[in-house]
Amino acid sequence: MKAIVHVTLKPGVLDPQGKAIGHALDTLGFSGVGEVRQGKVIEIDLDEADAGKAQATVKSMCEKLLANTVIENYAIRIEA
Amino acid sequence: MRTAIIVFPGSNRERDMVMALRRSFGSDPVMVWHKDTELPDVDLIVVPGGFSYGDYLRAGAMGAHSPVMRTVKERADKGVPVLGVCNGFQILTEAGLLPGALMRNAGLKFVCKNVHLRVETAQSVFTSGYADGQTIAVPVAHNDGNYFADDTTLDRLEDRGLVAFRYVDETGSESDAANPNGSRRNIAGIFNDTKTVLGLMPHPEDAIDPLHGGTDGRGLFDGLARALA
Repeated sequence: MKAIVHVTLKPGVLDPQGKAIGHALDTLGFSGVGEVRQGKVIEIDLDEADAGKAQATVKSMCEKLLANTVIENYAIRIEA
Repeated sequence: MRTAIIVFPGSNRERDMVMALRRSFGSDPVMVWHKDTELPDVDLIVVPGGFSYGDYLRAGAMGAHSPVMRTVKERADKGVPVLGVCNGFQILTEAGLLPGALMRNAGLKFVCKNVHLRVETAQSVFTSGYADGQTIAVPVAHNDGNYFADDTTLDRLEDRGLVAFRYVDETGSESDAANPNGSRRNIAGIFNDTKTVLGLMPHPEDAIDPLHGGTDGRGLFDGLARALA
């Protein structure tokens, strides 16, 4: 199975990179751009056939390493 | 008295730290490689600055899970003083030895310059070489020094006197202009609950020789050597 983890800054945590991207989009002439938040995507190939177990394993990975839960949220998607 | 410096792949301020410890403690620190799980009996553990593991994933995230850090945590739990400078501060927060997190500088630029710090309390083994409220000049050199913690954590740190240093101007006043990285409440360094762990972004080890342009960093190491003697 494959796990796709999205790590994003928590709401309220300042995201200067997202702000800079927003400014750049504005400079390029894209109108109607509101707040921009930047995060990261981590793809993990897993030797696991059970989606529930894969979900639990990846959750543990997120808590221990992939996300810093002081400042970041994470979302996990498991694909066959 | 024995001291140890933890060395990671990508550490680059460990030699500066050797000079500072040698000067104040009168002996050379033991250099401990991050893959070692054995740590000699020491009176002080230092996690130095640099870019451990290239700051992959997040600054300090990989270093915090190095084999040696498990031992560092055990020693810290027993009350052995642990000092983390710059990347060392980032590693200590990622390892859960200190609250909060260090984020990308608010200005998105690597900041390398001299700053002024106010010593918020001299009541610790790390700051006993200074006076309460003293202003000192030391350099910063970092990309991710923007201290963040939620309001509850910040209030708790302040209520318990666990803020060690704040960024100020040369007159000792806090201001946004004196804050090099956007740190919340101008926080430059914090203690753990027992004040036996200190993490700070600035580099006191790079302000110990007149050739550095100042010697205000000596107070931290001289105070430590006296307090631990």
